[in-house]
Amino acid sequence: MSGLFHRLATRPGAAIPFTIDGMSAEARAGDLLIAAILLHRHSLRRFEFGSGERAGYCLMGACQDCWVTLADGRRLRACTTPVEPGMAVITGGGDA
Amino acid sequence: MQRLTVDVAIIGGGTAACAAAVALREAGLTVAVLEKRLCGGGASGVNFGGVRQQGRDLAELPLSRRSRVLWDGLSAKLSEDVGFEATGHIKLARSESDMAVLEAYARDAAGHGLDLQLLGPNALRAEMPWLGPAVVGASLSPTDGQANPRVVGPAFARLARRLGAEVCEHAPVRHAARDGAGFTIEAEGVSVRSRHLVNAAGAYGGTVAGWFGEAAPVAPLAPNMVVTEPLAPLVTRSIGVVGGDVYLRQTRRGNVVLGGGRGTADIADGLARPVAATSLGAMGKTLTLIPDLAHAQVIRSWSGLDGEMPDHIPVIGPSGTTPGLVHAFGFSGHGFQLGPVVGEILAELVTTGRSASPLHPFRIERFAGWRGPFRSEGEIEH
Amino acid sequence: MPEPRVAIVGAGPAGLRAAQVLAEASLRPLLVDEGHRAGGQIYRRPPPGAERPAAALYGFEAGRAQALHDLADALAPRVDYRPGTTVWGIAPRDPDGFDLECLGPDGHGRIAADRLVLATGAMDRTLPFPGWTLPGVFTLGAAQIALKAQGMAIGRRVALVGAGPLLPLVAHQYAKAGATVVAVLDVTPLAAKVKAAPRLAAVPATLAKGVWYTMRGALRRQPVRSGVRAIAVEGAARVEALAFEDAAGRRHRVACDAVGASFGLRSEAQAADLAGCRFAFEPVTRQWQPERSGQGRSSLPHVYLAGDGSGIGGADVAELQGERTALTLLADLGRPRDPAREAHLDRRLARQAGFRAALEAAYPYPHHLVEGIADDEIVCRCEGITAGAIRRTATERDASEMNRLKALTRTGMGRCQGRVCGHAAAEILARTLDVPVETVGRLRGQAPIKPIPLREPA
Repeated sequence: MSGLFHRLATRPGAAIPFTIDGMSAEARAGDLLIAAILLHRHSLRRFEFGSGERAGYCLMGACQDCWVTLADGRRLRACTTPVEPGMAVITGGGDA
Repeated sequence: MQRLTVDVAIIGGGTAACAAAVALREAGLTVAVLEKRLCGGGASGVNFGGVRQQGRDLAELPLSRRSRVLWDGLSAKLSEDVGFEATGHIKLARSESDMAVLEAYARDAAGHGLDLQLLGPNALRAEMPWLGPAVVGASLSPTDGQANPRVVGPAFARLARRLGAEVCEHAPVRHAARDGAGFTIEAEGVSVRSRHLVNAAGAYGGTVAGWFGEAAPVAPLAPNMVVTEPLAPLVTRSIGVVGGDVYLRQTRRGNVVLGGGRGTADIADGLARPVAATSLGAMGKTLTLIPDLAHAQVIRSWSGLDGEMPDHIPVIGPSGTTPGLVHAFGFSGHGFQLGPVVGEILAELVTTGRSASPLHPFRIERFAGWRGPFRSEGEIEH
Repeated sequence: MPEPRVAIVGAGPAGLRAAQVLAEASLRPLLVDEGHRAGGQIYRRPPPGAERPAAALYGFEAGRAQALHDLADALAPRVDYRPGTTVWGIAPRDPDGFDLECLGPDGHGRIAADRLVLATGAMDRTLPFPGWTLPGVFTLGAAQIALKAQGMAIGRRVALVGAGPLLPLVAHQYAKAGATVVAVLDVTPLAAKVKAAPRLAAVPATLAKGVWYTMRGALRRQPVRSGVRAIAVEGAARVEALAFEDAAGRRHRVACDAVGASFGLRSEAQAADLAGCRFAFEPVTRQWQPERSGQGRSSLPHVYLAGDGSGIGGADVAELQGERTALTLLADLGRPRDPAREAHLDRRLARQAGFRAALEAAYPYPHHLVEGIADDEIVCRCEGITAGAIRRTATERDASEMNRLKALTRTGMGRCQGRVCGHAAAEILARTLDVPVETVGRLRGQAPIKPIPLREPA
């Protein structure tokens, strides 16, 4: 499944298994959660006050656009959170 | 320097003041409102937004009952959505003794025509299965609700303007005095002559009263408010607890507004700010009431300056020393719901010298002979 | 008397240099850093395990980045470093210190400090354009971070838009890293750069790297188009193309799947606001910033400022200011002074100020573009508040000031607290009311500076 982000440099590091809306996905150690998701998807979440989805904006923890929800209820700012094995991201989006 | 001559000058631009300006214009009088900063930006605009009769001092209930009727038509009257919704207000008991307090209050309130429904643990959980185990019972006031405090005061101010009132913002009043047949009020950039004067100066109401030789001990009060990011609908009613240490509601857009405890207030510069430890405390208490909010993110906190009286009920009524002067201040952290009716009452007092509502408990003379300042403390009940 | 406790907020170029000076004076400062590794956003380091050679990551800036990272490593034993920690509140503490409310890996903590050095940095400045909230539109800073910290491009076909030296720099870095850059569009006129060219010639290379790339035409395959207008991202659910009008008025449409766009930088000044610092309007970049003396003092006796958080100067200036500010702090503590070092720094800072003025002239904040923002365009992306709502509220509901606008419309009331929309909203409000932008004021900072969980993390 091809996403928005595009890895330019392959690098070593352990594979990190996680899921997006129940589907298996893989990231690398050192990937931020936002990057891990956007390597596979084009958005992170639905926008609460209108149609459409959001995929983050500033990547430096300032704009707060990239808060995502995990299946266990946790809310995480994806651009400041490293991806961890087993994270189960729920985007609520229709993006495949 | 602008010079105005009006029938009524109003010191303060909160909801009650601007509602009074509206009612006075409707009665055909000329009005000037003198507001230190922006209308509705003080205690009127920063409060919790509870539109609540339940839990009030019994002396306030007749006023609160009358005001509740006005809330139903407020958006239409102001031509603006003030966000009023009768979601009900539920007061939670966390112990048997709390429950006894609720039962006693429900009996007293019934005498004022306010019907409260007492809920035991089973009935409560059937309606609100998301409440935490600390809650053992509750009292529900179905006709109470919530509204958006940020828009009510400014909307009253705009209506007053449309009706022809002079609304002067950024016009802090330096002094006011009785002068012959009327009053002279000196404010920043504007000087007003009036036949009547309304003191609706909130935390500064005591200062204004003092200009006319009247004691009114007002302490600054700063509610400590916190709000979460927008969340899926969960909290169906406006919630308070016996003891008042935490209160919360969920807005139409999904944010959960919660409060409890006090911020810090500086009467000299008029600034109030929330206190981090107090915010964290209210957040923790909220979680014991609603564990499902555990993952919600808090995005903002705020406070604002209100005036509190030693007996926690406001001063409303004519001056004891000065003909033509009327007071309405010191709402002690729960004036939002009363604002619309206090506007009407002030207009009644100015135009007829009396009110349809019982005001005896609120007379300023109850503080005659009061010595020195007082320090306000304890919870602000919601 | 015990040593005073100095807390530095931010571990970018300014914070690190301040920490160095204070550590040299054996003060063991507290260094609170949102990042997981020191370096700030400009010299952001990849996470452990994802390192790549500095030259590949930072290009032109590699030497300085490496030097700062080496400094951070060398300082480790001599500072109390708190990575991954957000200062979300600051309040005065009697008699004259401050309480910092921190959220870190171990939950909430309150840190008492006698003096503060605020080095909180900057973020990209935004102006709304059609489609700017679509998934795939990021800031230029975001595009750069994706590359530096993650070795990724924000898309497979990337268009870059902006007004500032970051634009050609990111374009260069992307092209060099092997990404496909399909357009580089500068909304400021080429004339501004040509006019500033004589002064820019004297600008040190690192400061002027963006201009340098533009003027020299380093991007031969993808030249920067200046004076571009009517930027619009097209796409139903995500970015599909970027449309624009060139300086000659011709319409273009470039297929792409991601856009990096920003219009200069804005100071991240919430911490200074909560501490109680006085702010002043900076007319060149048209933003409110905490007042800072040349020596790094704020308006408050025990609060010091350095770096982009209190005036946009760039990374090199931030380093100098960090060092200068810390020397001022030491002098205020009665420590022995080094007048030669202070004078040397003051001279370098004065020269840099001249360069910066030239740079700002070359890349003015394109505030005039707010006129073209359609009424249905979202300005506040957190709350979904449109330009039309702001304009109507200004004229019909007497919103004469930013905090009143916020109260009535929710503009700036969302998760980001107006960081992203505040400047654009102020420009729209001012233009609607036909008043200078400074008269509508600024959004007041409110705790928490960034969202905090209702339940403390376990």
